[in-house]
Amino acid sequence: MTPLNYRLLTILACLAGAAYWLFPRQTIERVHKDGVFVYDTVQRVPLKRGLDLQGGIHVAMEIDESKTSIPDKADALDRALKVIRTRIDQYGVTEPLIQSSGERIIVELPGVDDPDRAIDLVRGTAFLQFQITDKTQALERVAGRLDALMRERGITAASFGDTARAVSAKSLFSRGDSAQAAADSAPPASGGPFSTKVQPAGAPGIYVINAADFPIFDRALSDTFVTKGLPPGKVLRWGADSVRSPVRTLYMLDQRAIIDGAALTDARPQQDPVRGTVVTFQLTNEGGRRFRNETSKHVNDYMAIVLDDKVMSAPTINEPIGARGEITLGRGRPLSEAQDLALVLRAGALPVPLKVVEVRVIGASLGADAVRQGLLAGALGLALVVLIMTIYYRFSGFLAVTGLAFYSVTTLAILAAFDATLTLPGIAGFVLSIGMAVDANFLIFERIREELDAGKTVRLAIDEGFKHAWSAIVDTHVTTALTAAILYNFGTGPVRGFAVALLAGIFASLMSAIFVVRTLFMLWLQRRTDAQTLSI
Amino acid sequence: MLRILYKTSYDFIRRWRMAAAFVALFTVPAALLIPFTGLNYSIEFTGGTVVQVQFRDSTDVGRVRAALTAAEVPGAEPVSFGTPRDFVIRAQELDAVQQQELGAETVAEQIREALNTAFGAGSYEVIRTEAIGPRVGEELRRQAIIAMLIAFGLTLVYLAWRFEWRFAVAAVLATVHDIVAAFALIKYMNLEISLFVVGAILTVVGYSMNDKVVVFDRVRENLHLTKREGLYALLNRSVNETLPRTVMTGTTTLACLLALLIFGGEVIRPFAWILTFGIIVGTFSSIYIAAPLLLWIERKWPRADMVVRLAGGLDSAAPAAPAASAKSSAATPAAR
Repeated sequence: MTPLNYRLLTILACLAGAAYWLFPRQTIERVHKDGVFVYDTVQRVPLKRGLDLQGGIHVAMEIDESKTSIPDKADALDRALKVIRTRIDQYGVTEPLIQSSGERIIVELPGVDDPDRAIDLVRGTAFLQFQITDKTQALERVAGRLDALMRERGITAASFGDTARAVSAKSLFSRGDSAQAAADSAPPASGGPFSTKVQPAGAPGIYVINAADFPIFDRALSDTFVTKGLPPGKVLRWGADSVRSPVRTLYMLDQRAIIDGAALTDARPQQDPVRGTVVTFQLTNEGGRRFRNETSKHVNDYMAIVLDDKVMSAPTINEPIGARGEITLGRGRPLSEAQDLALVLRAGALPVPLKVVEVRVIGASLGADAVRQGLLAGALGLALVVLIMTIYYRFSGFLAVTGLAFYSVTTLAILAAFDATLTLPGIAGFVLSIGMAVDANFLIFERIREELDAGKTVRLAIDEGFKHAWSAIVDTHVTTALTAAILYNFGTGPVRGFAVALLAGIFASLMSAIFVVRTLFMLWLQRRTDAQTLSI
Repeated sequence: MLRILYKTSYDFIRRWRMAAAFVALFTVPAALLIPFTGLNYSIEFTGGTVVQVQFRDSTDVGRVRAALTAAEVPGAEPVSFGTPRDFVIRAQELDAVQQQELGAETVAEQIREALNTAFGAGSYEVIRTEAIGPRVGEELRRQAIIAMLIAFGLTLVYLAWRFEWRFAVAAVLATVHDIVAAFALIKYMNLEISLFVVGAILTVVGYSMNDKVVVFDRVRENLHLTKREGLYALLNRSVNETLPRTVMTGTTTLACLLALLIFGGEVIRPFAWILTFGIIVGTFSSIYIAAPLLLWIERKWPRADMVVRLAGGLDSAAPAAPAASAKSSAATPAAR
């Protein structure tokens, strides 16, 4: 086979490869149908689209060390990554990206339309504990001490604005009628919020306060100085009251949990008119045994179900509970809450709390617009370049345009083959590189013109042109590749897409200008061996 | 054949003073302004929150601002964005950024709460949210600067290897000029500097470098072909010879950028502006700055085999030739 035939074969092989990589395939993805997002099979070119083109969420999280410091960060991050991956797998997002990057965890969920829900799902620690409520009236005993500690720390009613609806001063120390709404807004000088504003809620260890008093209590309980005044082995936790509720519930609990989330093997969401929205759970054999043991010791006691240090509910233990149980979320709560809770309980608790350091949410409509704009720009750019080439170089320009077609197809195929993500800057990079790809052709053609001027034959001029332009072409492509590589290294998401498009274009441009166009010239020369002039 | 700039012989190096004046005129005001009024950074570099919303019914900026102030969202500024239903709310002040240290999403949540309270939860749709915590912003800033420095360093090394250090330095300095001019443009147009814009600047570096490489490649070739041609004349000739390619590549790239400017949309537009300007300035510096720089470097630190080519001052091809004409004659031997 002649060299020319080898070349033609190589070009055809490349085109075949490109056709394979770019051929429209069936993929399942979220599409906008009648105003709702649904999963549907769609036939399209298999180019992966970045978040800015299809919409979605990008979240970067770090370990939150504001409450406790974590000694072994790398290990904690690793375990957190596994938990998050399990959760997202169960959530059912197509092509999620979950990876660790230095000290951060990066999560990208394309096509997700409820960002808050997704972020809560990913970030929630989901630490489940079962704790018995206090039966020793501990809060009454330490109320005075806690108030004194609060005063020491300067947490006073004055700094928070006293509430007009102060609870009766007698409420805690007398077993009297707590509904007596004495407008006693001046508590005794020795008293304080814990002594005067807390009311028993009818069950041991459970108290209520007015919602208006929440800020000062929250502030006090966040202060470790104040909480040192609590009796040993006891903790105070808030209930999961709705924001609109007029009261907030406080629970005094045994610090030791009789069972925790690690013993869970399964959790299911359920909803019925009687129980409301609940999550039923299943424990391991060992966990079930331990649970039965403990609950039989505490029959008729109240057991708080605590999720992330918030008490979800505190039912009475009527009889020993074995391997099955139920967490009540309440009537009127949406099923999605139960589903999400069941999901995180199944996937496991996060070993460390995470905080969000970066979040981007792109709506899908924005992405669709961007694609359309990119395609239009690409079409116009291509048309203009084709026009310029054919006007300026005529027949040779036509050959260059053919090379340009090869270039475009090859660049896109490289992106598809390497599973690169196409972003909006990536489209811009592609359009830009069309203009730059013809640079190699300019170098070669101008050289050919000069050789023809010097009186060389057509065949020789073409050869010399390609030969002498070679070094400049290599240098220009390498310098562009260097800047693209740096951009790839230091850029994030969309900018990285730009760098990738540029790099793919550089490779395709080399192939196109030096190999494909040369082959076309050789083909032409073969048919017109006696050519005296070259249309260039 | 259709040929532009065919067999030209302009004396570009002669005009170096004019070129320097242009450069100074364009960049010095920006250099003076920037320390006082700063640059317009996007939240990617400062941290902060940007929320783009679309209301069901038209509303005006004043109402949105009132809603945000009522909820005491720190430093949130709404701006109309295209139609009377679209707004972009930006919280980039220091207190907003510092609040995000606890969680990047907090300010965005506050903004949504504020809009819910004032307008009702179903009356608008969030099109886009971006929230960057302060430390991430700082890191991105540092990385962008490092990236630019490495870009210059690597190309310097590569060019020094392919040509030699004098050529490399001349090319890199001319490119530095292009970057400075690009930043001046960013200052004058008050473009928002985002990561993508930094990408644009790095692309200008790449393109500008390419241009210098093509000219210097021709210089190197001419140095091989002639033995005693004066460097001044040789450099001029090389620039003239590569002029068609320089202009044509600039034209096709500008054509593609025009397409991006027309159709590209808001995100791409700053990128396209910077590149358009960068290409024009890059072409300018390839013609009027790179060659005089190389000549100056060679005169100060001449290479052994260049000495024979270096007679005459920076302003004339040869001492005896008349200085008046802008189009000097072609190569004259340096030896007198």
